[in-house]
Amino acid sequence: MEVADRNNREGLKGWLNPGRYGWERVSYWLQRLTGVGLLAYFVGHVYETSSLTQGIDAWNAMLELTQTPLGHLILLLVIGMSTFHSANGIRLIFAEGGKGLGKPGRPDYPYDAVSLNYRQKSGIWIALILAAVAMLYGASVLFGGE
Amino acid sequence: MTETIEKIEHLDKKRAKEHKEKEILRSSVTLKVLRANRAAGEPARYDTYEVPVQRSTTVLDALLWAKQSKDHSIGIRYSCRMASCGSCGMKINGIPRLACYTKVSELEGSTITCEPLANFPHLRDLVTDFSQFFAHHKDMKPYVQNKAADLDPSQITKLSEFLQTPEDVDKFLQFSYCIKCGLCYSACPTVAMDTRFPGPQALGQAYRYFADTRDGASKDRLDMVDEKHGIFRCHFAGSCSTVCPKGVDPALGIQLLRGHLLGFSKSEKKAAELKDRSKA
Amino acid sequence: MLKESQIMKIHYMTGIAALFVVAVHILMRLVMPYNLSLEYDNVILNYHNLPYAVLLESILVLIAIHGFNGLRIILLEMRQSRGWEGFVTVVTIAAMMGVIAYGTRTIIVANGLSLG
Repeated sequence: MEVADRNNREGLKGWLNPGRYGWERVSYWLQRLTGVGLLAYFVGHVYETSSLTQGIDAWNAMLELTQTPLGHLILLLVIGMSTFHSANGIRLIFAEGGKGLGKPGRPDYPYDAVSLNYRQKSGIWIALILAAVAMLYGASVLFGGE
Repeated sequence: MTETIEKIEHLDKKRAKEHKEKEILRSSVTLKVLRANRAAGEPARYDTYEVPVQRSTTVLDALLWAKQSKDHSIGIRYSCRMASCGSCGMKINGIPRLACYTKVSELEGSTITCEPLANFPHLRDLVTDFSQFFAHHKDMKPYVQNKAADLDPSQITKLSEFLQTPEDVDKFLQFSYCIKCGLCYSACPTVAMDTRFPGPQALGQAYRYFADTRDGASKDRLDMVDEKHGIFRCHFAGSCSTVCPKGVDPALGIQLLRGHLLGFSKSEKKAAELKDRSKA
Repeated sequence: MLKESQIMKIHYMTGIAALFVVAVHILMRLVMPYNLSLEYDNVILNYHNLPYAVLLESILVLIAIHGFNGLRIILLEMRQSRGWEGFVTVVTIAAMMGVIAYGTRTIIVANGLSLG
């Protein structure tokens, strides 16, 4: 395998300031971050649930650790992350299969890219709005004392 | 026809109005240029130049004025000055753009920062090395492959031509407008990390030939990009299409090609008819 | 060896399937007051319900495949060498199997537990 020259590659720095390239880049950035965050939560959740096997005391001790305001805040973040990741993920599955992007044609100045159309941007905004709504509902359940 | 012309005129007026609203008029700007000779092991530094500008001054004009009047040693690559050759790509205020295609009046702030394109090995000042980029392009076999036609000029036995409809041409035409300026490669977040990822330009060209009815190597082209560091490392961040100065929209080509790999799109390509034009 | 397009088809399908099963899992927390749904006896009752235990197992498998493949993709893009690629493949598959095995153990044990 040929080792390529990494001189001047942006590396992880390229992830910074996603806003400079528009909403699609923000969506890429959020999809990655929420994916990593959700995987971390999933592993933690599998671990915390395993306390069940050690009986009622271990389960209650675990609940005492996690059912705190900080625990609820983390859960709220997880609700937002999972909603965004799912909604945006569905948009991406279609887009990455070439659906909803428009057709190639004869580009004309100022060369607005058809793939970065309002259907795609709306998809990102809807995913963000859904995440916010889910977090609000989650907050009402977690902090509302239902 | 008249309706189309009216539509185009209306769009032109709208764009002119929008452009005028965004225009910032100044009499001079400060150019902040990254300087370094990497071969000599020099660390990067920024030199600043005060440059007089007019409404139509491009960043390339400003850089050439600085090179002519202030510092002859500024390293810069350019040629056509009209967004056709793709030589003067650089990061202008942090975003990859063609210097000849970016007017000073469309940039905010009184200081314009010019840096070499990211993700290309840096050589000197604003000049970068395109060898890796061109190697990825070459890997995609960017030429028509068709066993039925004599495409090798040294072994032509008969004179033949392909027949294509305008609709057939429209399927790949915009991707053939690529000038290989490297802006998409510089903006791509995957290229920023993955040295083996071909990048938007090369993958866009893979689609350009895949969609061409004259090309008979569709399956090979799909196999070529279906690997660990291939087309699936594109995550549709769309930055390539945002910065493309020619409307190529590589992100569109990549997703359309991927649609065929995933089975979302059926290959309805009908091979172009080959006509023998040899005189009997 | 699977082709990348086949792996990505699995990635997309596990993602969509996980969406449905996780939705059911969350709804189960909302059929009664949230705090009550987390009480030991109620949770154990959930695990005694075979269809729900199967649902939990499917969540475990689907998210583990989807999540660790996502991690593999991110790590593959970080560095490029044959050694790193091999390491990433082995580590993500091992982690995925480890999490599935650990979660399955919880489901099986909890399924056999009596109420507190």
